[in-house]
Amino acid sequence: MSQDVPQAELDELEAQFQARIDAEEKIEPKDWMPEAYRKNLVRQISQHAHSEVIGMQPEGNWITRAPTLHRKCILLAKVQDEGGHGLYLYSATETLGTSREELVQALHDGVAKYASIFNYPALTWADIGAIGWLVDGAAIVNQVSLQRTSYGPYSRGMIRICKEESFHQRQGYHIMMTLMQGSEEQRAMAQDALDRFWWPSMMMFGPHDAESAHSARSMKWKIKRQSNDELRQKFVDQSVAQAEEIGLKIPDPELKWNEERGHYDFGEIDWEEFSRVVSGNGPCNRQRLQHHIRVHEEGQWVRDAIAAHEEKKRQRAGKAAA
Amino acid sequence: MTVSKDTIKRYSIRLGDDAVVLGHRLSEWCSSGPFLEEDLALTNVALDFIGRARMFYGYAAELADDGSTEDTYAYTRDNREFTNLLIHELKNGDFAFTMARQYFIDVYSLAYMEALQNSSDETLAAVADKAVKESRYHLRRSHDWMLRLGDGTEESRSRMQRAVDDLWGYTPEMFEMDALEQELADAGIGVDAAALRDDWEQTVHATLVEATLEVPEGDWAVNGGRQGMHTEALGHMLSDMQFVQRAYPGLQW
Repeated sequence: MSQDVPQAELDELEAQFQARIDAEEKIEPKDWMPEAYRKNLVRQISQHAHSEVIGMQPEGNWITRAPTLHRKCILLAKVQDEGGHGLYLYSATETLGTSREELVQALHDGVAKYASIFNYPALTWADIGAIGWLVDGAAIVNQVSLQRTSYGPYSRGMIRICKEESFHQRQGYHIMMTLMQGSEEQRAMAQDALDRFWWPSMMMFGPHDAESAHSARSMKWKIKRQSNDELRQKFVDQSVAQAEEIGLKIPDPELKWNEERGHYDFGEIDWEEFSRVVSGNGPCNRQRLQHHIRVHEEGQWVRDAIAAHEEKKRQRAGKAAA
Repeated sequence: MTVSKDTIKRYSIRLGDDAVVLGHRLSEWCSSGPFLEEDLALTNVALDFIGRARMFYGYAAELADDGSTEDTYAYTRDNREFTNLLIHELKNGDFAFTMARQYFIDVYSLAYMEALQNSSDETLAAVADKAVKESRYHLRRSHDWMLRLGDGTEESRSRMQRAVDDLWGYTPEMFEMDALEQELADAGIGVDAAALRDDWEQTVHATLVEATLEVPEGDWAVNGGRQGMHTEALGHMLSDMQFVQRAYPGLQW
């Protein structure tokens, strides 16, 4: 354990570790790493995993009401992918010595977080379009950057996840496009969804760099490769053209192309709303967590049955062998 | 004697109705499974059944040649027009009920689709080819669950027994033949479902015994699905499933 290692030796190990990071080498599960690096990774990956799993709820809310069989199949496949991403990510934290059970317990205890965007309700079919287009769009911007993260299993997980996420974003955008080509009611539904999801999507990148609690160290360790503000800018730049293309208006009066910067300028996020939702006062916080807890509790007898059945089989095999 | 296109269309709609209704019920489990892996597996099975429904409905629409699409059948008919077997539409209940229903249907469906592979109608035979592969996998899973839950804990056994008992009376309907299905079976297009009954019973009895469950007495049987006489559950399912198409009729989505 690291506390038993003399300080000088620890400093030497840390220097070697940082040198590997600086040389763009990937850190693998069995390699030495500072405890704080391990903790930071577990926190970030667990938050990511829980986001995938909790994110199944708002979209799952529309699976039974998807308007065509084709859309229903696509949405089912997408939500299934999200669950699969949750599984890879839980496995990545297991390589760091933290089990899925521990992470789920931390989620239920309110200690572990998930992306706040999922505390907003999916009210209309257009919300499924907006979630795919913007929420998955924002997630991709972040995840593309994380493909180069310094921890090997996380980086490889991201490469796999990114391939699927780009299909998710396209399906969301396609829903929005179809609505915009439809009736007046459908166009209004699409605009309303954009109006509600735009700012929460912008918040997905987290606080400004200067105020971000974990940012500086995460950048030094190359867990994060680009800052919150850089990623947010990238998201704005790509989304504006996509919105214009299909006739949607991004709800930001300050949005304007800045020739000099070569980027869009945009308005300030309502940080009060951000903290309100993060601290549990979003429209769906309680419901999302309670759903996860309820389902977990309701599944207990099933998980117990599997364990009991396996044990019986093992005993029978033992008797047969004896 | 040749069978009319309309008869084949109605048959294809029946099979589509079975698949869409069960696929919908399974899709209700998404994000509510007993653990994440099972959540994903249930979603897979849901996807297979909805995919199957699309093929049967798509073929019906082609035969109808009146501008109908797969969605016309799924989203614009009321419950009296649905012709699925009742067992598909029952509410999910607990996980034991969902899996027992799935097992009963999988044993049936595999045998049914294997028989339909020999249909002289090429489209139906091709859909059956794909369905057989899926049903083999579905059956492997649901059979395992019968054993795990039946021969698991006291609680799982009693839940599974209750599920089997509550479902039992909906199984005889799977083997009933009416004039339409008899005509198609005689013509080598449709399946003679009545002929599948003995094998089904044998297989299911053997699994129930292996799972330490009691085989129910078999003193009740409900039917009517093929004639549009449903349980009250179907109407609620449709009001959910058809909401968007009903609220905003005639649009593209």
